[in-house]
Amino acid sequence: MSHHIIEFKDVSFVYPDGTEALKDVSFRVVHGEAVAIVGPNGAGKTTLLMLMNGLILPTSGEVLVGEVPVTKKTLPEIRRKVGVVMQNPDDQLFMPTVGEDVAFGPINMGLPEEMVIERVDEALKKVGCLHLKDRPPHRLSGGQKKAVAIAGVLAMKPDILVMDEPSAGLDPRARKALINLLKTFHHSKIIASHDLDLVLELCPRCIVLNSGQVLADGKARDLLLDEKLIDRAGLELPLCVQNSGTQT
Amino acid sequence: MEIANSFFNLGYLDSLSYKKSFIHRLDPRIKTIVTLTFVVTVVSFPQKELSGLLSFFIYPVFIIALAEIPLGFILKKLVIVSPFVLMVAIFNPFLDKTPVMELYGITITTGWISFLSIIVKFILTISAALLLIATTSFVGICEGLSRMRVPEVFVVQLMLLYRYIFVLVEEALRMVRARDSRSFGKKGRGIKTFINLAGILLVRTIHRADRIYSAMLSRGYSGTIPQKRTHRIRTKEVFYLIIWVGLFILFRKYNLSLAIGQLF
Repeated sequence: MSHHIIEFKDVSFVYPDGTEALKDVSFRVVHGEAVAIVGPNGAGKTTLLMLMNGLILPTSGEVLVGEVPVTKKTLPEIRRKVGVVMQNPDDQLFMPTVGEDVAFGPINMGLPEEMVIERVDEALKKVGCLHLKDRPPHRLSGGQKKAVAIAGVLAMKPDILVMDEPSAGLDPRARKALINLLKTFHHSKIIASHDLDLVLELCPRCIVLNSGQVLADGKARDLLLDEKLIDRAGLELPLCVQNSGTQT
Repeated sequence: MEIANSFFNLGYLDSLSYKKSFIHRLDPRIKTIVTLTFVVTVVSFPQKELSGLLSFFIYPVFIIALAEIPLGFILKKLVIVSPFVLMVAIFNPFLDKTPVMELYGITITTGWISFLSIIVKFILTISAALLLIATTSFVGICEGLSRMRVPEVFVVQLMLLYRYIFVLVEEALRMVRARDSRSFGKKGRGIKTFINLAGILLVRTIHRADRIYSAMLSRGYSGTIPQKRTHRIRTKEVFYLIIWVGLFILFRKYNLSLAIGQLF
């Protein structure tokens, strides 16, 4: 299925204030792949994600989602295909109740009412939050907020799921629950994170980003355990490796 | 910690609105219209009217009793807002010294009467508004407003305001705590630090607004926010509305408390 593909062709992005956030970034993510984008703060991860569903458009180069280039004209189509889960769920849960928030996407897609309700229940059930349907977002815990934010995106049935720092601000158990939840998704997944242990568990492939450039692109197991590369990227080895290192 | 206090009170007001009394279950539109008529009739009384207003206390008393809203909470809220009203009303007794009657040797002037009239109007209207919020979920009020054809811009503003006031207050609270934990009992360097805090809060809020808008766009936002329609007005509720509006008009036209007083 060709429409589950995301491709960056020599993409550069310069912010209005002159900061060069991305420089000649190229990669291709194919159907069903789970790809991590890792890099230190300010490496350009969030910029990269925003380019994927056209929240910003590249200064030069091209972003393709399933052979369709991301331009102003194709935005509605692109956003239906690419579901983005933001880093801070408070930014994403803007409707007064959980149920309405999850329904926001499907309603905007113009689905009939019964189908909207069906999608909302299905998505909430998937993340284990159906009982929270009538709660206002300010009465949820951090982990619940995250789960509901994910449900809001799942309800649109995107082809590609894009997440920015999914484990940020979660306690260990909520983080584990999230990882298990993400394992059950068969979408193409793109996850930006510096939680390298989460990356190792979820993503076979990994793209290392630093100062807006692709430093490496390959198997996560190889890249993330490569001490030289990790050091050059301004990161630290995954904790699971660090511990075993101190024991020996 | 004044900020902390007002925040937790807000949370409390919010939690009150999830109760399930008869009043809570009424259609938000009904409650909004009743509250609005109440406020308008109370405010429409002439400046020097006092006794006629007293009959109106039956409404807040009725709601407090039926919805089981703690009276102390409402009173406390009234006290917090009262300085503003006192400022407005306090000059009346000094400006208008026409005597109207003498009670146990104390001359009562029209100035004092209009002063008291303002205070009573304030107590009535503010408590009615508080009780509306305490007995209706905010979602309900927004839904009600939009179904009464209030322009969407206003309803959405209100909705987002209520959603993010909790986030904003929490953020402000964290900043104030950070300041206090490094200023050893003094308030940082006073007003200067405060100005900085307020500035940073504003900048952060603008950034957040940007991110929220991005999130909305990501999920297909194109200018309208879908509104839920769950409530349906029942005949019972129409009677509730008619009875209250009728009573308010009655109270407005006839001074019932005076009439009852003259019976004895």
